[in-house]
Amino acid sequence: MGLNSTGTTGSTGSTGDISNTGYSGYSDGMDRHFIELDRVEKVFDVRKKTGFLRRERREVRAVDSISFTVARGEMVGYIGPNGAGKSTTIKMLTGILTPSGGRLRVAGIDPSRERTRLAHRIGVVFGQRTTLWWDLPLIDSYRLMHRMYRIPDARYRENLDRCVELLELADLLDVPVRQLSLGQRMRGDIAAALLHDPEVLYLDEPTIGLDVISKAKVREFLRDLNAERGTTVLLTTHDLQDIEQVCRRVMVIDHGRLVYDGPLAGLHEVGDSERTLVVDLERELPPIEAAPARVVKVEGPRQWLAFPASESAAPLVARIAAEYPLVDLSVREPDIEAVIATMYAEQAQYAKQTEFAKQTEFAKQTEYAEQAEYAEQADPARRPGEAEETVP
Amino acid sequence: MAETGRGPYGPYGSYGPYRRLRDGLRAYRLIAAMWIRSTMAYRASFAMTAFGNLAATSFDFVAILLMFSQVDELGGYTLPEIAFLYGVVGVAFGLTDLMIGSMDRLGSRVRDGTLDTLLVRPAPVLAQVAADRFALRRLGRIAQGLFVLGYAIAVLDIDWTPLKVLMVPMMVLSGGLVFGAVFVAGGAFQFVAQDAAEVQNSFTYGGSTLLQYPPTVFAKDLVRGVTFVLPLAFVNWVPALYVLGRPYPLDLPTWVAFAPPLVAAGCCVLAGLAWRAGLRSYRSTGS
Repeated sequence: MGLNSTGTTGSTGSTGDISNTGYSGYSDGMDRHFIELDRVEKVFDVRKKTGFLRRERREVRAVDSISFTVARGEMVGYIGPNGAGKSTTIKMLTGILTPSGGRLRVAGIDPSRERTRLAHRIGVVFGQRTTLWWDLPLIDSYRLMHRMYRIPDARYRENLDRCVELLELADLLDVPVRQLSLGQRMRGDIAAALLHDPEVLYLDEPTIGLDVISKAKVREFLRDLNAERGTTVLLTTHDLQDIEQVCRRVMVIDHGRLVYDGPLAGLHEVGDSERTLVVDLERELPPIEAAPARVVKVEGPRQWLAFPASESAAPLVARIAAEYPLVDLSVREPDIEAVIATMYAEQAQYAKQTEFAKQTEFAKQTEYAEQAEYAEQADPARRPGEAEETVP
Repeated sequence: MAETGRGPYGPYGSYGPYRRLRDGLRAYRLIAAMWIRSTMAYRASFAMTAFGNLAATSFDFVAILLMFSQVDELGGYTLPEIAFLYGVVGVAFGLTDLMIGSMDRLGSRVRDGTLDTLLVRPAPVLAQVAADRFALRRLGRIAQGLFVLGYAIAVLDIDWTPLKVLMVPMMVLSGGLVFGAVFVAGGAFQFVAQDAAEVQNSFTYGGSTLLQYPPTVFAKDLVRGVTFVLPLAFVNWVPALYVLGRPYPLDLPTWVAFAPPLVAAGCCVLAGLAWRAGLRSYRSTGS
């Protein structure tokens, strides 16, 4: 969603910062292939009722021959539209689901065969389901982790102290979980997943529903965790900001296939996506002229400018502020769906040159081109403060 | 880094059935204790539901009392004899209900996806599910059963032999295990059919109501079905008839009265297999 003007730093700047904090010092093969997927697939049998006692069977390929490796200490963002196969992949990586085919290893362990053994080495945070005890003070949930994971006392204390300090939980430890806000509970859940020193942390939508400050805290904590402990982090999200500020590498999955694997900047280039600068001027003026940005919409004193996502917003903002009577502004990131949609639209053009196109049917591409159009149309409607304007 | 996540029990070697059982019981204890503390967060509510539970189960027995105020015998059995049947089943079922009474919540856990949070824990899922919503208020059912059983034993003029004395705890334990097996099998079934909680309840709660009345009240075919299809009858009838010195239904041989532990063990093995199959099907199909 829209973010305020404090978050207008360019994407290239923040990804650069993160690459400096990279965790190095591992060189053997096991660490380079800490998480390893080789043509992993997951096929569901969906049965649909078509009448009394009559069922139609249909195969759904939730994950279709995905291969990738993640080195120890990497931070990877895993994105894709709803139903693309993100959660299914996470469930296979954590041992909840058994793959239908292919080879899958996490820290050398086959997750589905040795689920309990793997559990000691991974931490999982489900953004929408808390693992904390609703009616009990927060600290009680941590004490349960302490005993259930058989964490040595000294290490438990050390980890708890660190999490309490960095996630600002000190005042919350004695509060029943049901009284915590969503952001506080998320921080509490992250701490609970880290007390047993997992080597890899999976987060499924960790910032969903959080306010800007809570999101920033969670992201900062994850960066520190990776820098200090070398914990491998794999997160799924809908928020490109999560990826920008936390991950050096992003994987895009769609229709069960891996369609992009690389740095976020590259995704913007591939997708050729645009960010939107929403500018509130003192009075109604003709469309602002500030290349490479172009005005896509004018509504009274408010104007929408689109500019390439790979460009920094700072010089653009500076120029507009110098030349026009500026009251307020905000930058809107392209959402994942829009980026992926443009990505497909591009591919449709270079169908014969790219490798992706061989794997994707034409029908899918046109479908995405339509979605891209739809996303563009729908986008301006999502501006902040619209509710006040429509009130007569 | 190399030793991260390893517990005090050293590196992960073999993970045998004994270790699984121990881990399961440990996890069960930990989670049950958390639930007890959770309910104690609302003391007044706990007191009220415990009382309500006791009252509700007492009404079952009051119904039988009312029936006997009209007739002296029910299918040839006197009130104390019926109280004996009722008491044994009551205690057995109460024990099971206390230990794993929340298995029927598994279906909703599968539906809303919270089962996944249990699957990423280093403990057997069965133990975690069994301890789910552990509630001390269920002690009410056991207390009521013990009360009725005590009354029956005090009033009945039984020709006690050591074997008959031993038979009573054996009946209770085997009965509890059989009920437990049905609960677990019902849980396993919920992986497949996610709205099966009601089906399971008709087997367990329905089954226990049936057993509280003597067999001759019911038609012979029904008795045969219950005895062989669902071995719940071993909880009560056959051994109880032995203790009471009554003839068996269906002309079964005498030794059948001593079979309950074997039947219970068999049921547990079957339920365990069903559970494994259910969990495997969940993990290969997802939610």
